[in-house]
Amino acid sequence: MPHIRDIMQTMDYGPAPEDSSEVLHWLDGHSGGIGHFIDGTFLAPSGPLADVYSPADARVIARLGHAGAAEVDAAVEAARAAQAGWAALSGHDRARYLYAIARHVQKRERFLAVLETMDNGKTIRETRDIDVPLVARHFYHHAGWAELLEDSFPGHVPHGVCGQVIPWNFPLLMLAWKVAPALAAGNTVVLKPADLTPLAAQAFAEICVEIGLPPGVLNIVQGDGATGALVTGHPGVDKVAFTGSTEVGRTIRRQTAGSGKALTLELGGKSPFIVCEDADLDAAVEGVVDAVWFNQGEVCCAGSRILVQEGVAEEFFDRLRARMATLRVGDPLDKTMDVGAVVSAGQLARISELLAHGQAEGAVLHSAGGDLPADGYFCSPGFFTGTGPGDTVNREEIFGPVATTMTFRTPDEAVQLANDTRYGLAATVWSQDIDRAIGIAAGVKSGVVWINATNLFDAGAPFGGMRESGFGREGGRAGMAAYLVPPSSGPGQPRPAPAPAPVAAPFGGAQDGPGIDATAKLYVGGRQVRADSGQSFTVTDANGTAIGQAALGNRKDIRNAVEAASKATGWGGVTAHNRAQVLYFLAENLAQRRAGFEALLARNCTPDLAVAEVDAAIRRCFWYAAQADKRAGVVQATAARHVTLSLNEPWGVVGVVCPDEAPLLALLSLVLPALAMGNRVVAVPSQSQPLVAALLYQVLETSDIPAGVLNLVTGPRAALARTLAEHDEVACLWYCGSADDAARIEAWSAGNLKPTWTDGGRLRDWADPAQGQGNAFLDRATQVKTVWIPYGD
Amino acid sequence: MIPDFPRMTGTPFTPADFDAVRVNRTAAERRAASLTARRSVKKEWQAAWLLRAVTCIDLTTLAGDDTPGRVARLCAKARAPLRPDLLDALGLEPMTVGAVCVYPTMVPHAVRALEGSGVPVASVATGFPAGLTPLPLRLEEIRYAVGEGAAEIDIVITREHVLTGRWSALYDEIAAMRAVCGAAHMKAILATGDLKTLSNVYRASMVAMQAGADFIKTSTGKENVNATLPVSLTMLRALRDFQARTGQKVGFKPAGGLKTAKDALAWLILMKEELGTRHMMPDLFRIGASSLLGDIERQIEHHVTGRYSAANRHALA
Repeated sequence: MPHIRDIMQTMDYGPAPEDSSEVLHWLDGHSGGIGHFIDGTFLAPSGPLADVYSPADARVIARLGHAGAAEVDAAVEAARAAQAGWAALSGHDRARYLYAIARHVQKRERFLAVLETMDNGKTIRETRDIDVPLVARHFYHHAGWAELLEDSFPGHVPHGVCGQVIPWNFPLLMLAWKVAPALAAGNTVVLKPADLTPLAAQAFAEICVEIGLPPGVLNIVQGDGATGALVTGHPGVDKVAFTGSTEVGRTIRRQTAGSGKALTLELGGKSPFIVCEDADLDAAVEGVVDAVWFNQGEVCCAGSRILVQEGVAEEFFDRLRARMATLRVGDPLDKTMDVGAVVSAGQLARISELLAHGQAEGAVLHSAGGDLPADGYFCSPGFFTGTGPGDTVNREEIFGPVATTMTFRTPDEAVQLANDTRYGLAATVWSQDIDRAIGIAAGVKSGVVWINATNLFDAGAPFGGMRESGFGREGGRAGMAAYLVPPSSGPGQPRPAPAPAPVAAPFGGAQDGPGIDATAKLYVGGRQVRADSGQSFTVTDANGTAIGQAALGNRKDIRNAVEAASKATGWGGVTAHNRAQVLYFLAENLAQRRAGFEALLARNCTPDLAVAEVDAAIRRCFWYAAQADKRAGVVQATAARHVTLSLNEPWGVVGVVCPDEAPLLALLSLVLPALAMGNRVVAVPSQSQPLVAALLYQVLETSDIPAGVLNLVTGPRAALARTLAEHDEVACLWYCGSADDAARIEAWSAGNLKPTWTDGGRLRDWADPAQGQGNAFLDRATQVKTVWIPYGD
Repeated sequence: MIPDFPRMTGTPFTPADFDAVRVNRTAAERRAASLTARRSVKKEWQAAWLLRAVTCIDLTTLAGDDTPGRVARLCAKARAPLRPDLLDALGLEPMTVGAVCVYPTMVPHAVRALEGSGVPVASVATGFPAGLTPLPLRLEEIRYAVGEGAAEIDIVITREHVLTGRWSALYDEIAAMRAVCGAAHMKAILATGDLKTLSNVYRASMVAMQAGADFIKTSTGKENVNATLPVSLTMLRALRDFQARTGQKVGFKPAGGLKTAKDALAWLILMKEELGTRHMMPDLFRIGASSLLGDIERQIEHHVTGRYSAANRHALA
């Protein structure tokens, strides 16, 4: 040990190890292996055990059993058996359990922090100051939701059994994000932790026993991806929630397609970190520390793509290099470390490979350097300069402590570069100019935006991605909604088998008498256009009499319609009042032409029903016009002196595939909420009653709906729907069809991970406002963007 | 300590170096809060750091009831801030604090009391604490203190110049004070509690350095808010930017509100992280304090004996 006299000259920090004896004692107690927690009982692991490593020194600290089908079955059965009783408890009673969990997490905070650090490799500073406090906060917040459930979500019911699969980067925090809302809502849970980091879940289960959580309410099965697939694919699971890579998310989307399971996915990201010339550069440099040098860069929302305004780029990089040199990398249990160990040898190899790839592509890697511990999986923090937008390191998640950098010239270009990615999880903006900062925040496609801060989290602030970063939110009201079934989506009858796809063959049956031939076209980009196929198909009425010809749309027509819709960006930018005016005007024009609609509809129903359908359609226009300017979002109570906004943003281009029945009312019931919230729509009208589209587009033309905002493509529903489902520009798809079709749609949507709404292939009574309109439609017409704005000078 | 760098000279008035700077308060507060949570010193290292802090203290009395006797007692403490038996136990030679800081009329008493100790006398001047006496009188006050033997002069700035954005007036005033200081080192007190915004703090820091301040100092101790970590962080960043541009070294002195050993460690950590080890030595770092020393003494005794100490076991300052 150096003499005090010498330390007074060197002013070194010296070692400051956190005491790990409690955790070592606990690990001794589990030396027989970590098993599963099913129906309130800890099951000894069976079969071969896998080693669990401490990333800081590459030592085996535990051994893990992997659950097979028998264990997963037992866990799902236990969850199923417990669910009715758990849901039957009052919200207050569930709140008491969640409150007890929150308190016990606080009482075990030091133990949990040390355990998490030893299991994951992240620094004790982070587990102690960030992970564990956020876990407690999450259970407190959701104890609140449990208490208020009946008041805040009237008529909602839990999904039932939730299958949840969580990643290794925040083992305990991701557990909390999954378990707290599920239990608050009255669901029971089968949770599968990551096999690299299984210990926090075991310790958490012990807390649940301690507080007397009823058996079966929370079940934990340990194992790797194979166990995870057993959970997400289990027929007894009603809702799947996954946090992890986009590739596995895609697999789960395909696996659960057609199962009727609700699904939320929190996936990868390549989040932009925008530094404007008027930023507080030192603050932004610290932001990088909190973004990509936080948690060894193993953060799905890490600001890993740094975009700097060209004029300050060199200065920013200089400051970044200087700051990087003061980072301390080493034993994560030492309280003076900034960066710990990455989670595994495999992850370290993957990071190293990507770094080498980046250099091979011509980028310059600036590395903090310094000695790294000889044992353990350590990676020196750093950043790349000289990367191009197409470089692998700018497209792929590195998931390590290394950022890429690029420069931009103007705020517009910053937004363009920021959005030049498949992902859309988070974005960070540094600027002292409020107009500029909020302008960029509005322009970026991401579920979270931090202004002059980064990686801020709170249980009350919805977190989740856009695009291929997944769908669904965790935290706040939006997060609770993901664990509840809204009242309007009660079960209807299964839809009948689809009608045969229309064909262009000449029709030999009865025809209406001769009149002036009417030409039903497609409506694309604000114009009536012929189908690309150059063909039409015969439309018959309920008696089988031919009543006209409809344009036979094909995939190219869908392509053109999506193109037109994607260009109609102005619609989301106009005021909500403008959109409301247009929808009111639509109602007005519909009323003026109601006779034509009534006559056409009456070919397939009684005249009274036809009148009622037009009435309902007009009322629906009014209802959504009324809603257009009333759902912008809310302010969340998070950190002091921060305004945290949850904005309801439109998706962009929404695909709508209409059912056969109620051709006018169903079409408008689906299209209007999407339009009211600022989306552009490509709709496939009723396949068997498509002529209503031709009447409708004449109304649209007189109603000031801008070109491309609503596009109508008639034709074979299944084929057109497939094109929509597979189209990467379509951000969201609503499909009314049979269960079989719905399953295929869900699987096809996995390409860009667009959320789908298929209603499980069940019928709705469109005339009933409880089923045919409401908040459920509006909620699905938007995605939440959470914007954090600190203030104070 | 003999400085191993040339005394700073300042630069011409250069508003481009601070005009565009905007400091984000929330981010500065976050950095300040996490900084002390990211670092920790224990055992021998903690003792060494606290002893280093002792050598950086400007042991201060700035009260209306100061008398020669009071100042003499303070100076005795400055000569021997720690009990000899504690120094013996740690195997250390005697040490002193960084300086003694008093009002101008107390300077001759302090100089006499500190004769031969090597501890410099610092004097506040220029109408301390408000600085609102006419400039010729403020300059004359510096001349007086220097004439009486003060080796360091802690000046206060005219806050009005900051609050109304008259940066060149601020520069001229401080440059005039520096000229009058002559060989005495000048610490410019920015009275950051009056400046309110961190952008003001940054700009005032930069102007003071351009005008030739050897040290920039947070507070008089008389404002409602004294030294805080976010304010200090902002001043250190200005200091770092100035050094990077000019190559001139400038010292930093937080004053007011640093009362505990923990505070001293927090500021030392701040110095190390933002400026490096060299800026933890008394020629570039001072802590303006009076009660801080007592807390450090008790911590040092605890380190030596393993028992918690009491104030009455250490000589009163």
